[in-house]
Amino acid sequence: MMSVLVFAGSAQFICVAMLGANASIAAIVMTTFVVNLRHVLMSSALAVYLSGVSRRFLALYSYGVTDESFAVNMTRFRAGGWDRWRALIVNHLANSVWILATVTGSLVGQFVPAGAFGIDYALTGMFICLLVFQLQGRIYILTGLLAASISVTWYLLIPGDSYIVGASMLAATLGYFLKVRYRRSK
Amino acid sequence: MRFSEYLLLFCGMGLATYLPRALPLLYLAHKRLPQWLIDWLSLIPVAILSALLAPSLFADAADRNFELGRIELLVAIPTLIFALKTRSLGGTVLAGMLLFWLAGLYL
Repeated sequence: MMSVLVFAGSAQFICVAMLGANASIAAIVMTTFVVNLRHVLMSSALAVYLSGVSRRFLALYSYGVTDESFAVNMTRFRAGGWDRWRALIVNHLANSVWILATVTGSLVGQFVPAGAFGIDYALTGMFICLLVFQLQGRIYILTGLLAASISVTWYLLIPGDSYIVGASMLAATLGYFLKVRYRRSK
Repeated sequence: MRFSEYLLLFCGMGLATYLPRALPLLYLAHKRLPQWLIDWLSLIPVAILSALLAPSLFADAADRNFELGRIELLVAIPTLIFALKTRSLGGTVLAGMLLFWLAGLYL
């Protein structure tokens, strides 16, 4: 059910992790919002190719904007010979597969006993790999290290779950200013 | 949590997912975001992932004490190397689970 309403993999996994940490609903929704802010960028970039298209089409289309569908559609739009209906199909095909996989997963998941074969580490392993995908340069590594140290400190000193949103926004801001300074000094 | 609370949570997350995607497409048709915002937003995913991950590696969840040498951290090092070498999501998850399971058995 979650996969129908919330078509956003990373936000869903983060939600599971936060539920495990007894986070509040408001904090989870807030985190979802911040995580998905990057789609503002993608939608803005896609808007160039979809200008003058009806609002109804856009409302239907924007539901399926994800990292992956954005990457596919943007590459095709740039290459030319790609129309909006094919782009819409890409988006909703991806969504259907996603929902199907969620249902399968929850059916199979019932038979996995708690704590078996290091299943507790599945989320951690996935975060490590997603983190590796994000490291596209020195500034990203630096921001990641900043976020790690700030979040640990925040986590130890301040009770509650504010460390996730707080540390990531602080680290991104610091990383941004470091980037600006680095650019100026060149 | 009760069912109604889950429903509230999912609807909230649904809105928080859908609105950032829909609004720019509907209203920002040709406008460009300022460069500083683009730069800042590009750093958000790495920061969030790191902020989520780090406390589970360096701190104890029960009493929130700083701890070096937790099994989670020890397993994270080879898992990270595996992820860097293979760049495979499924493989990394499986490798991490296997190592964590073995570490639990032998350490």
